[in-house]
Amino acid sequence: MKFKYLPNVATLELDQSKCNGCGMCLVVCPQEVFSFNEKVSSITDRDACLECGACARNCPQGAIRVRAGVGCAYAVLMDKFNLKGSCCNDSCGCSLEDIADR
Amino acid sequence: MSRSQKELPMASSDNAAECCPGAVAGEDSYLALEENWLSGQIETAAGPVWRVDTTLNRKDQIDAVKMRLGIGRMSFAVPPGLYAVGNPDDASSVIVSANYKLSFDSLRRELSGLNLWILVLDTGGINVWCAAGKGTFGTAEVVRMVEASNLSEVVSHRTLILPQLAAPGVAAHEVRSQAGFKVIYGPVRAADIPGFLKAGLKAGPEMRRTSFTLAERLVLAPVELVGVVRPLIGVAVILLLLNLIASYFGDGRFLLTSVLGNTVSASLPFVLAVVVGTVLVPALLPYIPGRPLAWKGWLLGVLLAFAYMTVIVPGITLLETAAYYLVLPAITAFLGMNFTGSTTYTSLSGVVKEMGVALPLIIISAGLGLIGLGTAYFV
Repeated sequence: MKFKYLPNVATLELDQSKCNGCGMCLVVCPQEVFSFNEKVSSITDRDACLECGACARNCPQGAIRVRAGVGCAYAVLMDKFNLKGSCCNDSCGCSLEDIADR
Repeated sequence: MSRSQKELPMASSDNAAECCPGAVAGEDSYLALEENWLSGQIETAAGPVWRVDTTLNRKDQIDAVKMRLGIGRMSFAVPPGLYAVGNPDDASSVIVSANYKLSFDSLRRELSGLNLWILVLDTGGINVWCAAGKGTFGTAEVVRMVEASNLSEVVSHRTLILPQLAAPGVAAHEVRSQAGFKVIYGPVRAADIPGFLKAGLKAGPEMRRTSFTLAERLVLAPVELVGVVRPLIGVAVILLLLNLIASYFGDGRFLLTSVLGNTVSASLPFVLAVVVGTVLVPALLPYIPGRPLAWKGWLLGVLLAFAYMTVIVPGITLLETAAYYLVLPAITAFLGMNFTGSTTYTSLSGVVKEMGVALPLIIISAGLGLIGLGTAYFV
Protein backbone atom coordinates (compact mmCIF):
# COMPACT_ATOMS: atom_id res chain seq x y z
CA MET A 1 0.00 0.00 0.00
CA LYS A 2 1.30 3.45 -0.91
CA PHE A 3 0.54 6.04 1.75
CA LYS A 4 -0.42 9.51 0.55
CA TYR A 5 0.22 12.70 2.45
CA LEU A 6 -0.96 16.25 1.76
CA PRO A 7 -1.30 17.11 -1.93
CA ASN A 8 0.35 20.11 -3.67
CA VAL A 9 2.95 20.86 -1.03
CA ALA A 10 6.18 19.17 -2.18
CA THR A 11 8.92 21.59 -3.24
CA LEU A 12 10.42 19.19 -5.80
CA GLU A 13 11.53 20.68 -9.14
CA LEU A 14 13.19 19.05 -12.13
CA ASP A 15 14.91 20.91 -14.95
CA GLN A 16 14.51 18.47 -17.82
CA SER A 17 16.82 20.48 -20.05
CA LYS A 18 19.73 19.50 -17.75
CA CYS A 19 18.78 15.82 -17.49
CA ASN A 20 21.19 13.38 -19.15
CA GLY A 21 18.95 10.37 -18.60
CA CYS A 22 21.26 8.55 -16.18
CA GLY A 23 18.26 7.36 -14.20
CA MET A 24 19.82 7.85 -10.77
CA CYS A 25 16.73 9.69 -9.47
CA LEU A 26 14.55 6.70 -10.35
CA VAL A 27 16.95 4.42 -8.46
CA VAL A 28 17.21 6.41 -5.23
CA CYS A 29 13.61 7.60 -4.86
CA PRO A 30 11.81 5.45 -2.25
CA GLN A 31 8.42 6.75 -3.37
CA GLU A 32 8.49 6.22 -7.17
CA VAL A 33 8.04 9.91 -7.86
CA PHE A 34 9.96 9.83 -11.15
CA SER A 35 9.57 7.91 -14.39
CA PHE A 36 11.32 7.93 -17.75
CA ASN A 37 9.72 9.66 -20.67
CA GLU A 38 11.70 9.66 -23.94
CA LYS A 39 14.96 8.90 -22.11
CA VAL A 40 14.51 11.94 -19.88
CA SER A 41 13.34 11.78 -16.28
CA SER A 42 10.04 13.37 -15.41
CA ILE A 43 8.10 13.90 -12.20
CA THR A 44 4.99 11.77 -12.43
CA ASP A 45 3.87 11.59 -8.79
CA ARG A 46 4.96 14.79 -7.06
CA ASP A 47 2.45 14.37 -4.22
CA ALA A 48 4.22 11.18 -3.13
CA CYS A 49 7.48 13.12 -2.61
CA LEU A 50 8.63 13.14 1.02
CA GLU A 51 11.40 15.66 0.34
CA CYS A 52 14.20 13.38 1.52
CA GLY A 53 16.57 14.95 -1.00
CA ALA A 54 18.07 11.69 -2.30
CA CYS A 55 17.37 12.56 -5.96
CA ALA A 56 18.83 16.05 -5.78
CA ARG A 57 21.96 14.85 -4.00
CA ASN A 58 22.56 12.03 -6.46
CA CYS A 59 21.82 13.96 -9.65
CA PRO A 60 25.22 14.48 -11.29
CA GLN A 61 23.72 17.20 -13.50
CA GLY A 62 22.25 19.27 -10.67
CA ALA A 63 18.91 19.15 -12.46
CA ILE A 64 16.79 18.56 -9.36
CA ARG A 65 15.92 21.02 -6.61
CA VAL A 66 14.03 20.25 -3.44
CA ARG A 67 13.88 21.79 0.01
CA ALA A 68 15.05 18.66 1.78
CA GLY A 69 14.16 18.10 5.40
CA VAL A 70 12.65 15.79 7.94
CA GLY A 71 8.87 15.56 7.97
CA CYS A 72 8.71 15.39 11.75
CA ALA A 73 6.28 17.59 13.69
CA TYR A 74 8.27 17.37 16.90
CA ALA A 75 11.43 18.58 15.21
CA VAL A 76 9.55 21.42 13.50
CA LEU A 77 8.05 22.38 16.85
CA MET A 78 11.42 22.43 18.62
CA ASP A 79 12.82 24.47 15.78
CA LYS A 80 9.98 26.97 15.92
CA PHE A 81 10.58 27.66 19.58
CA ASN A 82 14.34 27.68 19.09
CA LEU A 83 14.92 24.73 21.38
CA LYS A 84 18.19 23.04 20.61
CA GLY A 85 19.07 19.46 21.30
CA SER A 86 17.99 16.08 20.12
CA CYS A 87 14.42 15.25 19.33
CA CYS A 88 12.23 12.16 19.12
CA ASN A 89 13.61 10.74 22.41
CA ASP A 90 16.29 9.18 20.21
CA SER A 91 13.89 6.92 18.36
CA CYS A 92 14.49 8.81 15.16
CA GLY A 93 17.89 10.22 15.94
CA CYS A 94 17.54 13.29 13.81
CA SER A 95 18.61 16.58 15.27
CA LEU A 96 17.27 19.99 14.71
CA GLU A 97 19.89 21.55 12.55
CA ASP A 98 18.74 19.26 9.72
CA ILE A 99 15.51 21.12 9.45
CA ALA A 100 17.04 24.29 8.17
CA ASP A 101 19.76 22.92 5.95
CA ARG A 102 21.33 19.62 5.29
CA MET B 1 24.25 13.78 20.85
CA SER B 2 26.69 11.55 19.06
CA ARG B 3 28.67 9.55 21.50
CA SER B 4 32.32 9.69 20.57
CA GLN B 5 33.13 6.57 18.66
CA LYS B 6 36.58 5.14 18.31
CA GLU B 7 37.25 3.25 15.15
CA LEU B 8 37.69 -0.46 15.24
CA PRO B 9 41.44 -0.72 14.97
CA MET B 10 42.91 -3.16 12.50
CA ALA B 11 45.53 -5.23 14.27
CA SER B 12 48.13 -3.76 11.93
CA SER B 13 47.22 -0.16 12.60
CA ASP B 14 49.12 1.94 15.06
CA ASN B 15 46.13 3.12 17.04
CA ALA B 16 45.46 -0.27 18.58
CA ALA B 17 45.71 1.23 22.04
CA GLU B 18 42.67 3.37 21.35
CA CYS B 19 39.77 1.04 21.28
CA CYS B 20 36.13 0.79 22.02
CA PRO B 21 34.81 1.99 25.39
CA GLY B 22 35.38 -0.40 28.22
CA ALA B 23 37.86 -2.48 26.30
CA VAL B 24 41.25 -3.49 27.58
CA ALA B 25 43.76 -1.29 25.83
CA GLY B 26 46.57 -2.96 23.98
CA GLU B 27 45.05 -6.41 23.99
CA ASP B 28 44.30 -7.95 20.66
CA SER B 29 41.32 -9.86 21.96
CA TYR B 30 39.71 -6.84 23.63
CA LEU B 31 36.87 -6.68 21.14
CA ALA B 32 35.94 -10.33 21.51
CA LEU B 33 35.64 -9.73 25.23
CA GLU B 34 33.21 -6.87 24.67
CA GLU B 35 31.33 -7.88 21.58
CA ASN B 36 29.80 -11.32 21.67
CA TRP B 37 28.59 -11.09 18.07
CA LEU B 38 32.13 -11.57 16.72
CA SER B 39 33.57 -14.96 15.85
CA GLY B 40 37.30 -14.89 15.16
CA GLN B 41 39.38 -13.04 12.63
CA ILE B 42 40.40 -13.57 9.03
CA GLU B 43 43.65 -12.50 7.40
CA THR B 44 43.65 -9.88 4.66
CA ALA B 45 46.24 -7.92 2.72
CA ALA B 46 45.56 -5.06 5.15
CA GLY B 47 45.81 -7.16 8.32
CA PRO B 48 43.32 -9.23 10.32
CA VAL B 49 39.60 -8.40 10.10
CA TRP B 50 36.95 -9.47 12.61
CA ARG B 51 34.28 -11.87 11.44
CA VAL B 52 30.68 -11.33 12.57
CA ASP B 53 28.08 -13.96 13.45
CA THR B 54 25.05 -14.15 11.18
CA THR B 55 22.79 -15.41 13.94
CA LEU B 56 21.53 -13.21 16.74
CA ASN B 57 22.20 -14.53 20.22
CA ARG B 58 20.17 -13.98 23.36
CA LYS B 59 22.01 -10.80 24.32
CA ASP B 60 21.40 -9.31 20.86
CA GLN B 61 17.70 -10.04 21.27
CA ILE B 62 17.49 -8.58 24.77
CA ASP B 63 19.35 -5.50 23.57
CA ALA B 64 16.86 -5.15 20.71
CA VAL B 65 13.92 -5.21 23.13
CA LYS B 66 15.61 -2.59 25.31
CA MET B 67 16.23 -0.38 22.29
CA ARG B 68 12.60 -0.70 21.21
CA LEU B 69 11.53 0.34 24.69
CA GLY B 70 13.87 3.30 24.61
CA ILE B 71 16.06 2.06 27.47
CA GLY B 72 19.74 2.96 27.24
CA ARG B 73 19.26 3.78 23.60
CA MET B 74 22.59 5.50 22.98
CA SER B 75 24.80 2.75 24.29
CA PHE B 76 24.02 0.46 21.38
CA ALA B 77 26.54 1.34 18.73
CA VAL B 78 28.83 -0.91 16.71
CA PRO B 79 32.51 0.12 16.50
CA PRO B 80 33.07 1.47 12.96
CA GLY B 81 35.39 -0.49 10.70
CA LEU B 82 35.61 -3.36 8.24
CA TYR B 83 34.07 -6.72 9.16
CA ALA B 84 33.90 -10.07 7.40
CA VAL B 85 30.91 -12.32 6.87
CA GLY B 86 31.77 -15.97 6.14
CA ASN B 87 35.06 -16.31 4.26
CA PRO B 88 35.25 -13.38 1.85
CA ASP B 89 38.15 -12.82 -0.55
CA ASP B 90 39.35 -9.88 -2.62
CA ALA B 91 36.52 -10.34 -5.12
CA SER B 92 33.73 -10.39 -2.53
CA SER B 93 31.12 -7.64 -2.35
CA VAL B 94 31.36 -4.79 0.17
CA ILE B 95 28.16 -3.70 1.92
CA VAL B 96 28.20 -0.37 3.74
CA SER B 97 26.22 -0.08 6.98
CA ALA B 98 25.34 2.42 9.71
CA ASN B 99 26.65 1.62 13.19
CA TYR B 100 23.25 1.58 14.89
CA LYS B 101 23.19 -1.86 16.50
CA LEU B 102 19.63 -2.65 15.40
CA SER B 103 20.39 -1.78 11.76
CA PHE B 104 23.62 -3.77 11.89
CA ASP B 105 21.88 -6.79 13.45
CA SER B 106 19.05 -6.76 10.94
CA LEU B 107 21.69 -6.70 8.20
CA ARG B 108 23.98 -9.47 9.44
CA ARG B 109 21.21 -11.91 10.27
CA GLU B 110 20.19 -11.87 6.59
CA LEU B 111 23.68 -12.79 5.42
CA SER B 112 24.12 -16.38 6.61
CA GLY B 113 25.84 -18.58 4.04
CA LEU B 114 27.23 -15.55 2.18
CA ASN B 115 30.84 -14.42 1.91
CA LEU B 116 31.24 -10.66 1.87
CA TRP B 117 32.57 -7.58 3.64
CA ILE B 118 30.65 -5.09 5.76
CA LEU B 119 32.05 -1.59 6.09
CA VAL B 120 30.51 -0.03 9.20
CA LEU B 121 30.51 3.78 9.19
CA ASP B 122 30.45 6.03 12.22
CA THR B 123 26.90 7.36 12.09
CA GLY B 124 26.85 8.15 15.80
CA GLY B 125 24.84 5.01 16.57
CA ILE B 126 21.97 6.24 14.39
CA ASN B 127 20.07 4.29 11.73
CA VAL B 128 20.65 4.66 8.00
CA TRP B 129 17.67 6.79 7.07
CA CYS B 130 18.02 9.31 9.91
CA ALA B 131 21.81 9.43 9.66
CA ALA B 132 21.53 10.07 5.92
CA GLY B 133 19.07 12.88 6.58
CA LYS B 134 21.41 14.33 9.15
CA GLY B 135 24.41 13.90 6.85
CA THR B 136 26.42 11.63 9.18
CA PHE B 137 25.80 8.78 6.74
CA GLY B 138 27.19 11.02 4.06
CA THR B 139 29.68 11.25 1.22
CA ALA B 140 32.48 12.41 3.52
CA GLU B 141 32.01 9.56 6.01
CA VAL B 142 31.94 6.93 3.25
CA VAL B 143 35.15 8.34 1.76
CA ARG B 144 36.79 8.56 5.19
CA MET B 145 36.00 4.96 6.15
CA VAL B 146 37.06 3.59 2.76
CA GLU B 147 40.45 5.13 3.44
CA ALA B 148 40.62 4.34 7.18
CA SER B 149 39.90 0.66 6.56
CA ASN B 150 42.43 0.33 3.71
CA LEU B 151 39.59 -1.17 1.70
CA SER B 152 41.42 -0.78 -1.61
CA GLU B 153 44.06 -3.23 -0.30
CA VAL B 154 41.49 -5.74 0.92
CA VAL B 155 39.43 -5.96 -2.26
CA SER B 156 40.52 -5.85 -5.89
CA HIS B 157 37.24 -4.47 -7.25
CA ARG B 158 36.05 -0.87 -6.77
CA THR B 159 32.34 -1.20 -5.94
CA LEU B 160 30.43 -0.37 -2.75
CA ILE B 161 26.89 -1.50 -2.04
CA LEU B 162 25.01 1.11 -0.03
CA PRO B 163 21.51 0.84 1.39
CA GLN B 164 19.16 2.82 -0.82
CA LEU B 165 17.96 4.81 2.17
CA ALA B 166 21.45 6.30 2.52
CA ALA B 167 20.92 8.23 -0.72
CA PRO B 168 19.69 11.46 0.95
CA GLY B 169 23.16 11.82 2.46
CA VAL B 170 25.48 10.23 -0.08
CA ALA B 171 26.20 11.50 -3.59
CA ALA B 172 27.23 8.41 -5.55
CA HIS B 173 29.10 10.40 -8.19
CA GLU B 174 31.12 12.24 -5.54
CA VAL B 175 32.15 9.03 -3.77
CA ARG B 176 33.43 7.81 -7.12
CA SER B 177 35.45 10.94 -7.80
CA GLN B 178 36.80 11.24 -4.22
CA ALA B 179 37.40 7.59 -3.20
CA GLY B 180 37.54 5.81 -6.55
CA PHE B 181 34.70 3.48 -5.60
CA LYS B 182 31.51 3.13 -7.58
CA VAL B 183 28.37 3.24 -5.44
CA ILE B 184 25.53 0.85 -6.17
CA TYR B 185 22.38 1.41 -4.15
CA GLY B 186 21.03 -1.86 -2.83
CA PRO B 187 17.54 -2.64 -1.64
CA VAL B 188 15.65 -0.69 1.04
CA ARG B 189 15.26 -3.77 3.26
CA ALA B 190 18.14 -5.96 4.45
CA ALA B 191 16.03 -9.06 3.85
CA ASP B 192 16.26 -8.41 0.10
CA ILE B 193 20.09 -8.38 0.04
CA PRO B 194 20.61 -12.09 -0.76
CA GLY B 195 18.18 -11.76 -3.70
CA PHE B 196 19.86 -8.54 -4.79
CA LEU B 197 23.30 -10.21 -4.79
CA LYS B 198 21.98 -13.28 -6.60
CA ALA B 199 20.42 -11.09 -9.29
CA GLY B 200 23.84 -9.54 -10.01
CA LEU B 201 23.38 -6.37 -7.92
CA LYS B 202 19.99 -5.60 -9.45
CA ALA B 203 17.09 -4.41 -7.32
CA GLY B 204 13.58 -4.73 -8.69
CA PRO B 205 11.01 -1.98 -8.08
CA GLU B 206 9.56 -3.86 -5.12
CA MET B 207 13.01 -3.74 -3.45
CA ARG B 208 13.20 0.04 -3.95
CA ARG B 209 9.93 1.05 -2.36
CA THR B 210 9.64 1.82 1.33
CA SER B 211 6.85 0.03 3.10
CA PHE B 212 4.98 0.93 6.23
CA THR B 213 3.25 -2.24 7.30
CA LEU B 214 1.23 -2.80 10.46
CA ALA B 215 4.25 -4.43 12.13
CA GLU B 216 6.52 -1.56 11.05
CA ARG B 217 4.05 0.97 12.46
CA LEU B 218 3.49 -0.82 15.75
CA VAL B 219 7.12 -1.54 16.54
CA LEU B 220 7.50 2.21 17.12
CA ALA B 221 4.66 2.40 19.64
CA PRO B 222 6.57 1.37 22.79
CA VAL B 223 9.14 4.16 22.40
CA GLU B 224 6.34 6.66 21.78
CA LEU B 225 4.50 5.39 24.86
CA VAL B 226 7.60 5.59 27.04
CA GLY B 227 8.08 9.14 25.77
CA VAL B 228 4.72 10.31 27.14
CA VAL B 229 4.99 8.63 30.54
CA ARG B 230 6.47 11.74 32.14
CA PRO B 231 3.75 14.21 31.01
CA LEU B 232 1.20 11.60 32.02
CA ILE B 233 2.62 11.47 35.55
CA GLY B 234 2.43 15.28 35.59
CA VAL B 235 -1.27 15.09 34.70
CA ALA B 236 -1.87 12.55 37.47
CA VAL B 237 -0.16 14.79 40.02
CA ILE B 238 -2.28 17.79 39.00
CA LEU B 239 -5.42 15.66 39.24
CA LEU B 240 -4.35 14.46 42.69
CA LEU B 241 -3.94 18.07 43.85
CA LEU B 242 -7.32 19.00 42.37
CA ASN B 243 -8.95 16.09 44.16
CA LEU B 244 -7.30 17.04 47.44
CA ILE B 245 -8.49 20.63 47.13
CA ALA B 246 -11.95 19.55 46.03
CA SER B 247 -12.17 17.12 48.91
CA TYR B 248 -11.11 19.85 51.36
CA PHE B 249 -13.67 22.34 50.11
CA GLY B 250 -16.30 19.66 49.54
CA ASP B 251 -16.97 18.00 52.86
CA GLY B 252 -13.90 19.09 54.72
CA ARG B 253 -12.88 15.49 55.40
CA PHE B 254 -9.73 13.97 53.95
CA LEU B 255 -10.55 10.45 52.95
CA LEU B 256 -7.30 9.30 51.43
CA THR B 257 -8.82 6.27 49.73
CA SER B 258 -11.53 8.28 48.03
CA VAL B 259 -9.06 10.99 46.98
CA LEU B 260 -6.77 8.36 45.45
CA GLY B 261 -9.67 6.55 43.87
CA ASN B 262 -10.96 9.77 42.33
CA THR B 263 -7.47 10.55 41.03
CA VAL B 264 -7.16 7.18 39.33
CA SER B 265 -10.56 7.41 37.68
CA ALA B 266 -9.91 11.02 36.65
CA SER B 267 -6.56 9.94 35.09
CA LEU B 268 -8.13 7.10 33.12
CA PRO B 269 -9.37 9.16 30.13
CA PHE B 270 -5.91 10.68 29.76
CA VAL B 271 -4.26 7.26 29.81
CA LEU B 272 -6.76 6.08 27.21
CA ALA B 273 -6.08 9.13 25.05
CA VAL B 274 -2.35 8.39 25.14
CA VAL B 275 -2.90 4.76 24.15
CA VAL B 276 -5.23 5.81 21.32
CA GLY B 277 -2.75 8.42 20.09
CA THR B 278 0.37 6.28 20.22
CA VAL B 279 -0.94 2.79 19.45
CA LEU B 280 -4.35 2.97 17.79
CA VAL B 281 -3.58 5.85 15.40
CA PRO B 282 -0.48 4.07 13.99
CA ALA B 283 -2.29 0.73 13.86
CA LEU B 284 -5.33 2.10 11.99
CA LEU B 285 -3.37 4.70 9.98
CA PRO B 286 -4.44 3.58 6.48
CA TYR B 287 -8.07 3.10 7.50
CA ILE B 288 -8.74 6.45 9.18
CA PRO B 289 -10.18 8.83 6.56
CA GLY B 290 -8.30 12.04 5.72
CA ARG B 291 -4.63 12.85 5.09
CA PRO B 292 -3.32 15.08 7.92
CA LEU B 293 -2.16 12.97 10.85
CA ALA B 294 -3.44 15.47 13.42
CA TRP B 295 -6.86 15.07 11.80
CA LYS B 296 -6.65 11.27 12.00
CA GLY B 297 -5.72 11.55 15.68
CA TRP B 298 -8.53 14.03 16.31
CA LEU B 299 -11.14 11.74 14.76
CA LEU B 300 -10.15 8.82 16.97
CA GLY B 301 -10.09 11.19 19.96
CA VAL B 302 -13.70 12.18 19.34
CA LEU B 303 -14.63 8.51 19.15
CA LEU B 304 -12.73 7.89 22.39
CA ALA B 305 -14.50 10.76 24.15
CA PHE B 306 -17.84 9.42 22.96
CA ALA B 307 -17.01 5.86 24.06
CA TYR B 308 -15.67 7.03 27.41
CA MET B 309 -18.76 9.02 28.28
CA THR B 310 -21.33 6.49 27.06
CA VAL B 311 -19.69 3.34 28.43
CA ILE B 312 -17.43 4.22 31.37
CA VAL B 313 -18.93 7.35 33.00
CA PRO B 314 -22.47 7.81 31.70
CA GLY B 315 -24.46 10.67 33.20
CA ILE B 316 -21.71 13.20 33.87
CA THR B 317 -22.44 16.91 33.76
CA LEU B 318 -22.73 18.92 30.57
CA LEU B 319 -19.64 20.93 31.52
CA GLU B 320 -17.51 17.81 31.96
CA THR B 321 -18.86 16.32 28.75
CA ALA B 322 -17.93 19.42 26.79
CA ALA B 323 -14.54 19.55 28.50
CA TYR B 324 -13.68 15.95 27.60
CA TYR B 325 -14.75 16.53 23.98
CA LEU B 326 -12.28 19.42 23.90
CA VAL B 327 -9.36 17.82 25.77
CA LEU B 328 -9.21 14.20 24.63
CA PRO B 329 -9.29 14.82 20.85
CA ALA B 330 -6.69 17.58 21.35
CA ILE B 331 -4.33 15.06 22.97
CA THR B 332 -4.84 12.40 20.32
CA ALA B 333 -4.53 15.00 17.55
CA PHE B 334 -1.20 16.13 18.99
CA LEU B 335 0.07 12.57 19.31
CA GLY B 336 -1.12 11.79 15.78
CA MET B 337 0.71 14.86 14.49
CA ASN B 338 3.80 13.72 16.38
CA PHE B 339 3.68 10.40 14.57
CA THR B 340 4.75 12.23 11.38
CA GLY B 341 8.30 11.80 12.70
CA SER B 342 7.94 8.04 12.56
CA THR B 343 6.28 7.67 9.19
CA THR B 344 8.00 6.83 5.92
CA TYR B 345 5.97 9.17 3.76
CA THR B 346 5.48 12.62 5.33
CA SER B 347 7.31 15.61 3.86
CA LEU B 348 8.61 18.64 5.73
CA SER B 349 6.41 20.98 3.67
CA GLY B 350 3.36 18.88 4.46
CA VAL B 351 4.14 18.76 8.17
CA VAL B 352 4.67 22.52 8.32
CA LYS B 353 1.34 23.10 6.54
CA GLU B 354 -0.52 20.64 8.77
CA MET B 355 0.94 22.12 11.94
CA GLY B 356 0.06 25.66 10.93
CA VAL B 357 -3.61 24.71 11.02
CA ALA B 358 -3.64 22.02 13.70
CA LEU B 359 -1.40 23.40 16.43
CA PRO B 360 -3.42 26.57 17.26
CA LEU B 361 -6.63 24.54 17.28
CA ILE B 362 -5.07 21.90 19.53
CA ILE B 363 -3.83 24.54 21.99
CA ILE B 364 -7.17 26.37 22.11
CA SER B 365 -9.16 23.15 22.40
CA ALA B 366 -6.94 21.70 25.13
CA GLY B 367 -6.85 25.01 27.01
CA LEU B 368 -10.63 25.48 27.03
CA GLY B 369 -11.16 21.84 27.94
CA LEU B 370 -8.74 21.96 30.86
CA ILE B 371 -10.38 25.13 32.18
CA GLY B 372 -13.72 23.32 31.91
CA LEU B 373 -12.45 20.24 33.75
CA GLY B 374 -10.86 22.35 36.48
CA THR B 375 -14.06 24.33 36.90
CA ALA B 376 -16.10 21.14 37.10
CA TYR B 377 -14.36 20.29 40.37
CA PHE B 378 -15.72 23.35 42.07
CA VAL B 379 -19.28 23.74 40.76
